[in-house]
Amino acid sequence: MPTNGAPTKITQGSQTKGGIGESTLRPDGTLKVTGEFAYSSDMWHEDMLWGQILRSTVAHAEIVSIDTSEALAMAGVYAVMTYDDLPTDVKNYGLEIQDTPVLAHGKVRHHGEPVAIVAADHPETARRAAAKIKVEYRELPVITDEASATAPDAILIHENRDDHHSGHVPHPNIVHRQPIIRGDAEAAAKRADFVVKGEYTFGMQDQAFLGPESGLAVPDEDGGVHLYIATQWLHSDLRQIAPVLGLPEKKVRMTLSGVGGAFGGREDLSMQIHACLLALRTGKPVKIVYNRFESFFGHVHRHPAKLYYEHGATKDGKLTHVKCRIVLDGGAYASASPAVVGNASSLSIGPYVVDDVDIEAIALYTNNPPCGAMRGFGAVQACFAYEAQMDKLADAVGMDRVAFRQLNAMEQGTIMPTGQPVDSPAPVAELLRRVKAMPMPPERQWESSEGADVRQLPGGLSNTTHGEGVVRGVGYAVGIKNVGFSEGFDDYSTAKVRMEVIADEPVATVHTAMAEVGQGGVTVHAQIARTELGVTQVTIHPADTQVGSAGSTSASRQTYVTGGAVKNSCELVREKVLEIGRRKFGSYHPAWATAELLLEGGKVVTDGGEVLADLVDVLEGETVEVEAEWRHRPTEAFDLRTGQGFGHVQYSFAAHRAVVEVDTELGLVKVIELACAQDVGKALNPLSVIGQIQGGTTQGLGVAVMEEIVVDPKTAKVKNPSFTDYLIPTILDTPTIPVDVLELADDHAPYGLRGIGEAPTLSSTPAVLAAIRNATGLELNRTPVRPEHLTGTA
Amino acid sequence: MRVNFTVNGRPQEADDVWEGESLLYVLRERLGLPGSKNACEQGECGSCTVRLDGVPVCSCLVAAGQVEGREVVTVEGLADYAKQRAEGGGCASGACGTSLQDAQLGVPPGEAWGRAAKGQDSQTGEGTELSPIQQAFIDAGAVQCGFCTPGLLVAADEMLEKNPNPTDADIREALSGNLCRCTGYEKIMDAVRLAAARQGEAV
Repeated sequence: MPTNGAPTKITQGSQTKGGIGESTLRPDGTLKVTGEFAYSSDMWHEDMLWGQILRSTVAHAEIVSIDTSEALAMAGVYAVMTYDDLPTDVKNYGLEIQDTPVLAHGKVRHHGEPVAIVAADHPETARRAAAKIKVEYRELPVITDEASATAPDAILIHENRDDHHSGHVPHPNIVHRQPIIRGDAEAAAKRADFVVKGEYTFGMQDQAFLGPESGLAVPDEDGGVHLYIATQWLHSDLRQIAPVLGLPEKKVRMTLSGVGGAFGGREDLSMQIHACLLALRTGKPVKIVYNRFESFFGHVHRHPAKLYYEHGATKDGKLTHVKCRIVLDGGAYASASPAVVGNASSLSIGPYVVDDVDIEAIALYTNNPPCGAMRGFGAVQACFAYEAQMDKLADAVGMDRVAFRQLNAMEQGTIMPTGQPVDSPAPVAELLRRVKAMPMPPERQWESSEGADVRQLPGGLSNTTHGEGVVRGVGYAVGIKNVGFSEGFDDYSTAKVRMEVIADEPVATVHTAMAEVGQGGVTVHAQIARTELGVTQVTIHPADTQVGSAGSTSASRQTYVTGGAVKNSCELVREKVLEIGRRKFGSYHPAWATAELLLEGGKVVTDGGEVLADLVDVLEGETVEVEAEWRHRPTEAFDLRTGQGFGHVQYSFAAHRAVVEVDTELGLVKVIELACAQDVGKALNPLSVIGQIQGGTTQGLGVAVMEEIVVDPKTAKVKNPSFTDYLIPTILDTPTIPVDVLELADDHAPYGLRGIGEAPTLSSTPAVLAAIRNATGLELNRTPVRPEHLTGTA
Repeated sequence: MRVNFTVNGRPQEADDVWEGESLLYVLRERLGLPGSKNACEQGECGSCTVRLDGVPVCSCLVAAGQVEGREVVTVEGLADYAKQRAEGGGCASGACGTSLQDAQLGVPPGEAWGRAAKGQDSQTGEGTELSPIQQAFIDAGAVQCGFCTPGLLVAADEMLEKNPNPTDADIREALSGNLCRCTGYEKIMDAVRLAAARQGEAV
């Protein structure tokens, strides 16, 4: 199978220990294993109060009245605030559309919407005071799906919309619509020898990061506030917080505290403004920590979706056309819905060559929980559907399912439905070949000399089978994800890098606002600094708003973009260091003027390896510091009518093979193995890369067989906001995950790297579904699959 | 009410404890030991796992009053606890304490990375004495966001104490009460295998 591209040659700093390409260990590892690492919920301040949020008990209602008097009269309560207490005219926030009220005004639009906030001297006092606030609601009918949202007499979720999408959507309850038309799908359909159609349903998934939303707001003497917070993007938070408080941005200081996972769920604000409001009102530090119940209401979820697909192929297996319509439920507020629509539409046909497409994606406003960013961001829902279609079509044509995918696989040079050429390696067929070539797990692996080990069987220690009724299935899937912010967004990052001598050693300090959420960006920044500056000692400065924006820790973008910014700033520092070297020592050796100079192992060396000076001597008495922004190549918006445009920076590919065993009598599934092959461009830290792939794979497994926020269609209320009823994979549910990493450089990216965090979340789900279909012969057009779907009792 | 109990070998007294407070709350908010984590506060995730008289429990489900006169080991005391065990001392005497110098009441806001930065190149945090399971979690890449880590360490350490040569199925069973959302558990499996192997070599 031919593949394009080659690994990047890296020369600068390749002799410096702990540089890129090595599996260096996390700088925060020791603090995290000793319990000393300070997460946002660990913050503590003398004299601090606890904040509590009162949330709506109904999904859609007018607020008739709010009576806070009893709450205010309670001992230990310092403040109770409602919409009427907001200090300025800015009372809404939002990532792209500012449609989300800080506190409900006259109306609530979803179950769990914030209505009032309380500060008290003990968290239980705050909870009890919030419970004493009397809110009278007049309930409204709930809008829960496309039919009810777009009915002619539908109540408008947001009246008087005037955002930048409201002019082009067919109904005010549609947040955004993106069609993509290329070629002539109608005409191409006539050439098809086989056509398959399908309707698919994707359930609402929760990020379920373990560290709950939390933070500490400390009033400053100058009338400002300092917020210690777990977020994915400090500067985006700042831009939304400051106007509501009526403060200039420089008076809202933000420091990243420890972040207990994110996965998209911390892109939107949660308790940030509430904590600041209470702190400024009371003049005391205020800490807010959600419990798990509240966390399910406190952040957006992955969009549930309905997906309608038609694929065609000729009898020799070539795809003729794809028609699809993707309906995403955005819930009550826009959050990231417009961008999710852009991804879902532009990536809707998967990593395949199809010249004739007719695509439409929309996101609805409903009274369901707001949905926004989650790992995979629109591409996940599409991948579930198009990979099911590819299996159906392969079967119709009579081809092997993997061979059929390989025959139609995109490669470098393929034109996307958006008209954008794929201009870096796209080893789709090769990834499928690799994942298929991995050794299969042994059959009947539960058998041991002492009989069946039930822990290895569906049902586990429930002891529901010793192998009777258990059938094995194997499934394959592959996906495509964009990397970075798309559609013309100015997706830059900033890095401040300083170099100096401390205790007779050259030391680099890297300061960015990048949110380390667990992904290991801090590890990689230190590696980049070592490679570029030839030092061993690197200090990672705490992330805060005292340095320029790093953009969001999402869209698989931070190693690319903030990594790129760190690399760029290091290069600028290196030039300055060499200038100093030339000034101090240039007269001692002609190579200072003539040779290409590198910094390696604490020394200035020529590209021939000759040592010219110790960095300690060059930097003696000097401090070199650079703060600079860095940008990847620009993108452009998708045309609103045709969807054409150079919309994405980079693509990322992964393929999975799932092996499952199904107890067909009880409908219980045991995933035996989930093998993954992924192209990562360049693995800056192989250990972290594999960790990302395995983690992403497992979140895909979760939404295949376990995870779904269940919303009552009659009331739009959430039925399972707890880890008792919303199940994420345990170590018993998770199989071994062998990983095959391919490194084909993308010449547009720093070191040739490829953003990797999301791609493994895409193909994992459809691979598991395909394996269950393979075991059971059932069609299974929804995810997650529950036992009743396998036993015919749904 | 007042609660007297032993934490990491050191007698502790918590005053003004409200009857509904959990052991987790008292550890985190009254004793300045936030290492035990608050991921679900409903006994499902295991992030708050501590040893109570040697038995691993979810400290969020233990009422503070229930620990009166009893011994608790948290992640902050795990290194000393493991050291005492390795030296054959056990912990019955209450002598296996951890210094509270570094775990003073609460954590100064924003100091997390500053403190990391002081640890030399901040690469591996050399210089801190760790238990074998703690070191193995770092070495194997079992830590990402780290929020599940303290509970997993306490649970895994207890398993290795009882079963020094666990099979993979044993490890999965023992750790099935601890949720991790980042790693997919593979590196956690590696870490426990590594700790078991190193422990075996040391004997």
